[in-house]
Amino acid sequence: MSAATERQRNVLALPWFWLSVFVLAPFLIILAISISSATYGAPPLELFIDWKSGHVVFDVDFDNYALLASDSLYLRGFLNSISIAFETTVLCLLVGYPMAYVMARAPERIQPMLVMLVVLPFWTSSLIRVYAWIGILKENGLLNGFLMHLGLIHEPLVILNTPIAVQIGMVYSYLPFLVLPLFATLQKLDWTLLEAAADLGAKPWSAFFRVTLPLSWPGTMAGALLVFVPASGEYLIPELLGSAKLPMISTVLWTEFFANRDWPVASAIAVVLLLILAIPLFLVQGRQPAQGHI
Amino acid sequence: MQAGRKSKIAGGLVLTLGYLFLFIPILSVVFYSFNESRLVTVWGGFSTKWYGELVQDDRVLDALKLSVGIAVTASTGAVIIGTLAAYGLTRFGKFRGRSLLSGLVTAPLVLPEVTTGLSMLLLFVLMEKLTGWPQGRGAVTIAVAHITFAVAYATVVIQARIANLDPALEEAAADLGARPIATFFSVVLPLIAPSLAAAWLLSFSLSLDDFIITAFVSGPGSTTLPLLIYSSVKLGVNPEINALGTLIIATASLVALTATVLRRRAE
Repeated sequence: MSAATERQRNVLALPWFWLSVFVLAPFLIILAISISSATYGAPPLELFIDWKSGHVVFDVDFDNYALLASDSLYLRGFLNSISIAFETTVLCLLVGYPMAYVMARAPERIQPMLVMLVVLPFWTSSLIRVYAWIGILKENGLLNGFLMHLGLIHEPLVILNTPIAVQIGMVYSYLPFLVLPLFATLQKLDWTLLEAAADLGAKPWSAFFRVTLPLSWPGTMAGALLVFVPASGEYLIPELLGSAKLPMISTVLWTEFFANRDWPVASAIAVVLLLILAIPLFLVQGRQPAQGHI
Repeated sequence: MQAGRKSKIAGGLVLTLGYLFLFIPILSVVFYSFNESRLVTVWGGFSTKWYGELVQDDRVLDALKLSVGIAVTASTGAVIIGTLAAYGLTRFGKFRGRSLLSGLVTAPLVLPEVTTGLSMLLLFVLMEKLTGWPQGRGAVTIAVAHITFAVAYATVVIQARIANLDPALEEAAADLGARPIATFFSVVLPLIAPSLAAAWLLSFSLSLDDFIITAFVSGPGSTTLPLLIYSSVKLGVNPEINALGTLIIATASLVALTATVLRRRAE
């Protein structure tokens, strides 16, 4: 072996070791446990592969997956999670696209400050930021106080612990993930193309739909993905703002693991969740999200 | 021009509403942390008494010490592993297993946190059964889990910087007779130092903030700050949490500003 390849091996030895043990192995373990059966004991499962009197015994058990397909609890959990993640993505696009657009067209010297103001909430504790919404949305909270003070309503609105509160919290938490990559794309856009479109007689809206939107498509998709993927596995926001009234798949996984101590079913849920999320990731594969600002 | 002015006003409105949406929740926590009244939404006059109660609360102080200790360990570990991975991924061309390595590095960025937490806990349980390590779960397992997800972010930040370095500098050092290790320490490292610091700060704040993965891999007696905050938030809004939240927001803003300045200097 040449000195150069040996050097390369030495440099990458630690990353390879760490990532194999703590990323690859855990993934293989949940795969293995998801096809094992649950028993009483510590740990509470019987692995699908065993060593009995000198022979390897396989006892692969797909019951966990069959259970996921047959019990509507799991199906509803998956559907709730996916639909709320989808709605979050759409709402983030509706709020975030105009923001990123105006930011990109703002004078260049104030752009770093505008970006900083979007990044700042991302660095601030997500737990505290979700907690803040409890104080705003509850019955005698800020929002109801404000609306009643204006005389717009006379009875406090019940928002906290409803799906609407969860939706607000999700859009709020994931908005920076959409605005930043989109801004990075729009900032690099050649705006003289818009002038050209206008010179050729295009109305502003038609120029937007036929020039700006197609050109910013990669950033839009990257941002939408950065919202959709983590939003479908979200646990904290439904738990704190929705009091788990709308069971998300992450909540179901949590309960199976911590309350029911059913490790194989929890693992099977994790595997299915990964497979579902792999679909959009593969669809947008090759388009690297702009990570520059985070 | 009429249309230009109109669109300027519309743009200003969009940004104002957007930033109000992002900042009202944060500012409301800061505002009510100085509220005399225990009733969080009734203003009872300016007071710093909740900060006083906070610094006398042993549970909060213990959790803070534990969290900071873990965050320092995790971010240091993540920057070391992340630097090696980033250097290899940008400088070693198409070596065998490159796409697997880069997939493993970025996996924690795209995996749902419940999945990462569950899989790491299962790993620790099986490892303990097979090898006797780790003994139970606590600060050590939390730190290992935090290093693992922070490596993903650290590598991305550092890789972006190394990719912008001119390889001619390293070649020149090699031509002048510097050994690879000397080249790395005297040429590459000083040039990427600001991005290492930025990666460290990002890892630090992610570790300090993590709740879900920590909840899976923590054990009895290892209550980090987010775990403590979560359990009191579950009981409702309380003024002491507002004070704690304000301190966290202030620290996070300072860290974020520092990291941004560092990265801008690096570019």
